[in-house]
Amino acid sequence: MTENRFKKDFPIFDNVPCVYLDSAATAQRPAQVIEAQKRFYETMNANPLRGLYELSIAATDAYEEARICVRDFINAADEAEIIFTRNATESLNLVAYSYGLNFLHEGDEIVTTVMEHHSNMLPWQMVAEKTGAKLIYLEPDMDGIFSREELDRKITERCKLIAITHVSNVFGCVNPVKELADRVHRNKGVIVVDGAQSVPHMKVDVRELGADFLAFSGHKLMAPFGIGVCYGRRELLEAMPPFLTGGEMIEYVKLDGATWAELPHKFEAGTVNPAGAYGLKAAIEYLQGVGFDYIRETEDRLTARIFEEFSKLPYMHVYGSKDPANHSGITAFTIDGVHPHDISSILDADKVNIRAGHHCAQPLMEYLKVGNTARASLYLYNDDEDIDRFIESVKKVRGIMGYGA
Amino acid sequence: MGLESIYGEILNEHNLRPSHRGNISGATIRLEGKNPTCGDDIYLELKVGEDGIIEDGAFSGSGCAISQASVDIMLDMIIGESKERALELCGKFMGMIHGKATEDDLDDLDEAAALKDISHMPARVKCAVLGWHTMEEMLKNRESEGHARGEHEYCTTE
Ligand SMILES: Cc1ncc(COP(=O)(O)O)c(C=O)c1O
Ligand SMILES: [Zn+2]
Repeated sequence: MTENRFKKDFPIFDNVPCVYLDSAATAQRPAQVIEAQKRFYETMNANPLRGLYELSIAATDAYEEARICVRDFINAADEAEIIFTRNATESLNLVAYSYGLNFLHEGDEIVTTVMEHHSNMLPWQMVAEKTGAKLIYLEPDMDGIFSREELDRKITERCKLIAITHVSNVFGCVNPVKELADRVHRNKGVIVVDGAQSVPHMKVDVRELGADFLAFSGHKLMAPFGIGVCYGRRELLEAMPPFLTGGEMIEYVKLDGATWAELPHKFEAGTVNPAGAYGLKAAIEYLQGVGFDYIRETEDRLTARIFEEFSKLPYMHVYGSKDPANHSGITAFTIDGVHPHDISSILDADKVNIRAGHHCAQPLMEYLKVGNTARASLYLYNDDEDIDRFIESVKKVRGIMGYGA
Repeated sequence: MGLESIYGEILNEHNLRPSHRGNISGATIRLEGKNPTCGDDIYLELKVGEDGIIEDGAFSGSGCAISQASVDIMLDMIIGESKERALELCGKFMGMIHGKATEDDLDDLDEAAALKDISHMPARVKCAVLGWHTMEEMLKNRESEGHARGEHEYCTTE
């Protein structure tokens, strides 16, 4: 057994001892992030971008430093391309409302996939309905892979926007974003990448990927709740109208109209969340201190152990690839004859926290012909003992439900 | 934790070998009940006679053990009873789920009392009440129409 060097940084595990296997829903927070948030409120708190006094300038500096930190983290060309939002959902809606409604038309095609989270599906259904553009869904095989024929057949020259999750929150597979970006760019279209499940776990470089837009949530990478990011390529953002209007996002207002502020403020209407942004910066720095190599190695090793143990139990089923290295730490599973909610309640009694349900991906559940699944998802603080306790608890489930062993 | 007391013999038996799963002939009211947070879905049918006696009942659908067993237990208890008695039991069941049942209520609830500890599992309360809630809706608000309803009609525990 290898000891996890980072677990001790997470106060929750001292306060509420548990096996936390729901990091795909939200991550736990290290003391460094909690402290940063506190430091903001104790030493820099004022409404940023508005006051002309020193404290407000300190708050503004903290907020803008966080933007630069995010720029470097995802390798954006310019900090003006980093828009702070509340979460990935808001970021995706920003792109749908501001880009989708204004730049797509009848005759265009929007290509997305059946494995999207509702957050990256409903906004595009709305855009299709309002613009008359056609919405087309790519269907993966049972491993989560899109075949070449599927891509060739469904991505035509009329495709002007692809909206796809980088990593599926059910399969854990990594989608071929770069290849899809190349395809849509040939049509002078754009690709919108849902990075909610990738950014916390792997190096994401928007320029290398060819992503025109990237959405992610801070809370899944250990930042405070309520801060998210919408990256957009500068020339696209400049051409787009504001998503929300009000304070902070204007240059000049008259009674008969206004001119918009420069990027990125044009898209940040109202009082912003500087404490969240400052906490996000602390989370990114913490993440970089741990390193993606360690995260990947830990998640893959522990996922391999889960797969190994499950393979000894004939009543277990795992969704997605057979190879644990293709799961980004996510294992969606079912147990014959037991509803996932019952699995979750039984594990809860052993203080093992997993997710059960449709994971906000109902169309995917229907596609897989399962109503619901249970899901264990890992992050950098999980260790062998967590897996031991998880497996031990899983093995009890059928017995408790009245099946003779 | 009431885990072992919840997933005990009574619940497991009704989940694995339900007595009332299926359909009945001559149903006078039908209603689908859904628990959107959990995805539980039941389709309840009752045959209520002119005299207000629940002559027969059945359910179909899918969901967790708690939702499915709870509705099966409920049907065991209300078939052969009057509407008023069924609604009285429903009131006692809801009271129990919210931790407000007397010893007498628990006696009266018979096998349904096996779900008593659900009050300590807030995430599962909606599962346990789904069948009862659907029945209550049928008897209180739908029955006056007197006819079996179409499939698109449903109520939720939201
Ligand atoms: C793939 C994916 N996209 C989007 C989201 C939405 O994230 P949020 O609820 O933080 O906006 C999630 C979170 O569950 C997700 O897993
Ligand atoms: Zn349920």
